Amino acid sequence: MQLDLSNKTYVVMGVANKRSIAWGIAETLDQAGARLIFTYAGERFEKNVKDLVSELPSADKHLVLPCNVSSDEEIADTFAQIGEKVGVIHGIAHCIAFAEKAELEGEFLNATREGFLNAQNISAYSLTAVLKEARPLMTEGGSVITLTYLGGEKVVKNYNTMGVAKASLDASVRYLANDLGKENIRVNAISAGPIRTLSAKGVGGFNDVLQAMEDHAPLKRTVTQEEVGKSAFFLLSDLSSGVTGEILHVDGGYSTIGLM
Amino acid sequence: MEKIQERIAKIVSERLGVDESEVKKDATFKDDLGADSLDVVELVMELEDEFDLEISDEDAEKIGTVGDVVEYIERHQ
Repeated sequence: MQLDLSNKTYVVMGVANKRSIAWGIAETLDQAGARLIFTYAGERFEKNVKDLVSELPSADKHLVLPCNVSSDEEIADTFAQIGEKVGVIHGIAHCIAFAEKAELEGEFLNATREGFLNAQNISAYSLTAVLKEARPLMTEGGSVITLTYLGGEKVVKNYNTMGVAKASLDASVRYLANDLGKENIRVNAISAGPIRTLSAKGVGGFNDVLQAMEDHAPLKRTVTQEEVGKSAFFLLSDLSSGVTGEILHVDGGYSTIGLM
Repeated sequence: MEKIQERIAKIVSERLGVDESEVKKDATFKDDLGADSLDVVELVMELEDEFDLEISDEDAEKIGTVGDVVEYIERHQ
């Protein structure tokens, strides 16, 4: 059993700022000694990510690269650069989602074709698009995680178009796990409880969702980025070597509750 | 009162990459300071942390200018 990740390289996609779940995962992997390659979505996040990474204890060995996942060419270019710089990667944390704010309030029926497809494109298809390019670099096997949410399994008020995108992402995890299992590449998702991140705050009525967690989750509290990071460590490391195609709920048990 | 405005100006200038002198009371976030919708959400979160309060979606939507924020914080502190 390997708890030290100092010979491993992981790609962490989707850090927006210090509150990002991706950042909680990155901090955990950094502490375990892993080499990290961060990708950010566009210029607006570049400075944030570079500043954050520079504060990590092992900042020197990490890399920061742009990657717009709506473009196959950019994904190919980013992973070509990763291949040149590090050769082999051992895993990916895909922490990427997007929907227009107008899609995240009121009725799901108000979804527009463009908004619906855009959410599917960035939040679901991007995992498959990334794995097409990452697969050739994962020659020693590996582990991939993505972030999903309860709103893809059950109705969560205001989550709407993003819920349908997460359902698509969850199904993608299972199909990708099946495709890549023979190469010893595992694919899993973490379904985190609501955390006060930039993405979450874009969903209508987010403050009420946090209150529901405190009232009804078996643990009677919300979860932290660090807790998701610890579960990500489990899924990205050899600790979870027999686990693939799974959705791990890191939500204080909220998703197990029916009516209270 | 001045102090609240200064704290807000500091947060806004850091978040939006504008000079603190540009963060005047009548400056609008979107047109004058170049904030997009994600910037606005980030600003709301920074303000909630800085002043230890919750800004509801309805209230956040009403915020147009720096002066609106100053007034909101003064009223809810």
